[in-house]
Amino acid sequence: MAKQYETVIGLEVHVELATKTKIFCSCSTQFGGAPNTHTCPVCTGMPGSLPVLNRQVVEYAMAIGLAANCEITRVCKFDRKNYFYPDNPQNYQISQLYLPIARNGYVEIGTGGTRKRVRIHEMHMEEDAGKLVHDEWDDTSLVDYNRSGVPLVEIVSEPDMRSADEVIAYLEKLRMIIQYLGASDCKLQEGSMRADVNLSVRETGAKEFGTRTEMKNLNSFKAIARAIEGERNRQIELLSEGKKVIQETRRWDDNKEASYAMRSKEDAQDYRYFPDPDLVPIIISDEWIERVKRNQPELRDEKLKRYKKEFDIPQYDAEIITASRHMAELFERASALCGKPKKVSNWLMVETMRLLKEKNMEPEELAFSPENLAGLIELAENGTINSSVAKEVFEKIFTDNVNPVEYTEKHGLKTVNDEKELLKVLEKVIAENPQAVVDYRGGKEKALGALVGQTMKAMKGKANPGMVNKKLREILQ
Amino acid sequence: MDITGMTAVELGKRIQKRELSAVDAVKAYLAQIDQVEALVHGFVTVDREGAVKRAETVQKKIDDGTLAGPLAGVPAAIKDNLCTKGMLTTCSSRILENFKPTFTAEAVKRLENAGAVVIGKTNMDEFAMGSTTETSYFGVTRNPWDLEHVPGGSSGGSCAAVAAEECPYALGSDTGGSIRQPSSFCGVVGIKPTYGTVSRYGLIAYGSSLDQIGPIAKDVTDCAVILETLAACDRKDSTSMPRENYDFRGALVDDVKGMKIGIPQDYFIEGLDKEVKEHILRAAAVLKEKGAAVEEFDLSLVQYAIPAYYVIASAEASSNLSRFDGVKYGYRTSEYEGLHQMYKKSRSEGFGAEVKRRIMLGSFVLSSGYYDAYYLKALRTKALIKQAFDKAFEKYDVILAPAAPTTAPELGASLNDPLKMYLGDIYTISVNLAGLPGISIPVGTDSKGLPVGMQIIASCFDEAKLFRAAYAYEQTKAYERPRLVKETRKERRER
Amino acid sequence: MANKISDEVIEYVSILAKLELTEQEKKDAKADMEKMLDYIDTLNELDTDGIEPVSHVFPVHNVFRDDIVLNGDGSGDTLANAPLEKDNSFKVPKTIG
Repeated sequence: MAKQYETVIGLEVHVELATKTKIFCSCSTQFGGAPNTHTCPVCTGMPGSLPVLNRQVVEYAMAIGLAANCEITRVCKFDRKNYFYPDNPQNYQISQLYLPIARNGYVEIGTGGTRKRVRIHEMHMEEDAGKLVHDEWDDTSLVDYNRSGVPLVEIVSEPDMRSADEVIAYLEKLRMIIQYLGASDCKLQEGSMRADVNLSVRETGAKEFGTRTEMKNLNSFKAIARAIEGERNRQIELLSEGKKVIQETRRWDDNKEASYAMRSKEDAQDYRYFPDPDLVPIIISDEWIERVKRNQPELRDEKLKRYKKEFDIPQYDAEIITASRHMAELFERASALCGKPKKVSNWLMVETMRLLKEKNMEPEELAFSPENLAGLIELAENGTINSSVAKEVFEKIFTDNVNPVEYTEKHGLKTVNDEKELLKVLEKVIAENPQAVVDYRGGKEKALGALVGQTMKAMKGKANPGMVNKKLREILQ
Repeated sequence: MDITGMTAVELGKRIQKRELSAVDAVKAYLAQIDQVEALVHGFVTVDREGAVKRAETVQKKIDDGTLAGPLAGVPAAIKDNLCTKGMLTTCSSRILENFKPTFTAEAVKRLENAGAVVIGKTNMDEFAMGSTTETSYFGVTRNPWDLEHVPGGSSGGSCAAVAAEECPYALGSDTGGSIRQPSSFCGVVGIKPTYGTVSRYGLIAYGSSLDQIGPIAKDVTDCAVILETLAACDRKDSTSMPRENYDFRGALVDDVKGMKIGIPQDYFIEGLDKEVKEHILRAAAVLKEKGAAVEEFDLSLVQYAIPAYYVIASAEASSNLSRFDGVKYGYRTSEYEGLHQMYKKSRSEGFGAEVKRRIMLGSFVLSSGYYDAYYLKALRTKALIKQAFDKAFEKYDVILAPAAPTTAPELGASLNDPLKMYLGDIYTISVNLAGLPGISIPVGTDSKGLPVGMQIIASCFDEAKLFRAAYAYEQTKAYERPRLVKETRKERRER
Repeated sequence: MANKISDEVIEYVSILAKLELTEQEKKDAKADMEKMLDYIDTLNELDTDGIEPVSHVFPVHNVFRDDIVLNGDGSGDTLANAPLEKDNSFKVPKTIG
């Protein structure tokens, strides 16, 4: 019988912080821009330039550390990681090895109904590298330092994950925490969140870990899942052929669904870390930690607990809504305005979700105001508009954030509650549909629906369907 | 008027009094450069046109009253490892042979704001690594006192230029003695301030935790005035420190009564030239006569400073100099295949032997498996050396020592044995490790006619004490000129 | 306790340092390094147990900048000294094969 293997995975997650300026200079961190426009002597490694630390980087890193249940290192320092590569202008990266900002934390993840803790080994601050564009025509690469010096936090987990599902649950959890903190937008596609996967396999039941490899260049959850599957299979294959797994860094090619070793003779991978003599230690006091804690927004787990107590909405709905800090804020503010959390939840869960999916958007991109959603709910609830009109108006709110009162007014979408006018239309509909009338009187309940539909159509949807129904029954009795 | 014979402060005074203009001043120095530079070679770059133009601008500001400081209109020379916007800055290395910085070092900027006229960039040991200015890619600098001797280093160009009166003062940098030792060899005054006193922004780093910029001039007063202009807490340099006292001129009083002066016995053992020793002890006796309490003591740990220094400085240098790779600036080899060969060839062709030696050593001591044994051990030693000085300064106001074990050696005598050359830094290096201020002042000449320098060391931020002792000694002794300068002055008079 | 540096170590360190040494330079580097390391080993005579290694001798800490953008388009200066340039970028031999 073939041997059974267990996969052991640890993650190194890089998150670009949402500061306005780079970690060691006053250049903008804005994504994009013509090459090298967001640069200065510091972030391009000009001789004589010196780094000065951005305070906000420390505060974001502390906030993430605290939210992930870490111990904050009270005296922390920056070290230089020495290696030659053109995207690294000084040929050393300023990072933290010996005294990283946070250690010994954990986050809780849930997969398929079970919950577990993924421990965080350490978390450190460092600078991002520049970007290389490869010119296939003349075998050269072009270096752009706009991204050089953008602040990163690297979160290193313990090897606590056993499957791609757990890895993705862990990443989603981190992303949620960090987005809630406002410390990063965590977009995998744009590279503001990146994950390197350390993976090894061992025979099920074995105590020792196998030899691990590190996989880089994973820029979507799907790529991560495929790379884990691919690397697991590659390692199992090696082992079952009696070969050994070599500890190395591999690059995942998602198009080919295969990885290859990155190591060459010229990369000794001996980074010669030592404390950066251009920077001074950071001493973090109790007061500073308290201040960061006080300024921390309510995180998702706390929000969920509060929703359960405060709002009468299903647990499932609460989970979906709080999955995005932005959506949760929309929910809370709209509910406070109209006093109908259940209705607000419905609009978010059904129509909003449908439109997000249809337009391939993220909840963070929702652009309508809670005032307009609350206004719409009031119009629908007091019968000013009927439910199909409400849906139509909501689409307009979703796309253009229109004011629902003005919009219904302007487009004449208010429900017609004038009985005389309705009776006129009803007489006409009855006259034009004798067969339906006969059928209804003959006991076919369905025929009434057809007559209601005809009436609504004739009134361009502005009638109150309940009233139409009631009047028709009275007339046809 | 003997313009080039004046000190910077005298010259500045005359300019303020309108006895001569900034343009007259710069032209006089350019004339002296024309006369002696071919012999001394103190400069990598002399910016003749730029300096005259700049002097004209400065003079206008002096005339309209916007510039009235003691250095306004006074020319200055800058060591070639300090960035000067648009002006070649080479570190005397081939790898930066064509490098023109896009910004000016903070220290130079502060001088310029005070009205300094930068006349050019001075020669140095390549990347400040060396004690003779012979490792420069642009040729050796010669000692104006004897052209067959070295000026010392690494700020040899700055010290030789001041001694040869090619400029009234110059900036140098000091990582292990690079201001004090060449000042001693060239018979001028040079100070390395407390670490963190002068911003390092724009100083091309050698050993970042040890590097400090300081002035070199003809006398103590000049050094005090220039340091007042340079010293400031700069937000661009995280290791720059605010200090309580920026008044150095106030310390220039001829009074050392009651001052406690320590002489480390362990500095006066084997290896110290007999004549140098006699000169230092004689100078100490002068201060004693003036009322100071002079006493010998045991500093301890002296022999460990050099090995600790070479580990720390080489390690930091190996990392600091990795940015020179042919990608962003400086020299790139002409033919290469692939990235790594481009790196290796550019660096191997761009750096000289001494720089490569220290990069290799530094890379090795930081490499996997050796970090604790070498680097951390050296940092611990540094902490102990600092403690030893702290203890000494509980008892003494200043410490007197030689600046170097000998006077200037002959050209070519030092490079073949690097370790021997390193041992020449024995009296200066521990001062950098402990971050202390140290000054070298001339105390006489030896039988060969070469100057001897005495070093005065004070506790951190105690520059005032150091200036006081140096100034009091200086009052007993007239400034001596090298023969070369005496001759050129005679020639000029005769013309 | 004389240090012995092997050819492999010199080779390895020159990869780390990105230096291409000639045969003579390698020989010299070996001799220099052995001599320096022997000298540096004198530090082992010192008892440094319990001594905190210090990279800065002064107790300066918490030097920060505020998170405010002060720099504009720096590309002109950044590229001013570029040995090779294309499309506002530094041009280097291809990095990934």
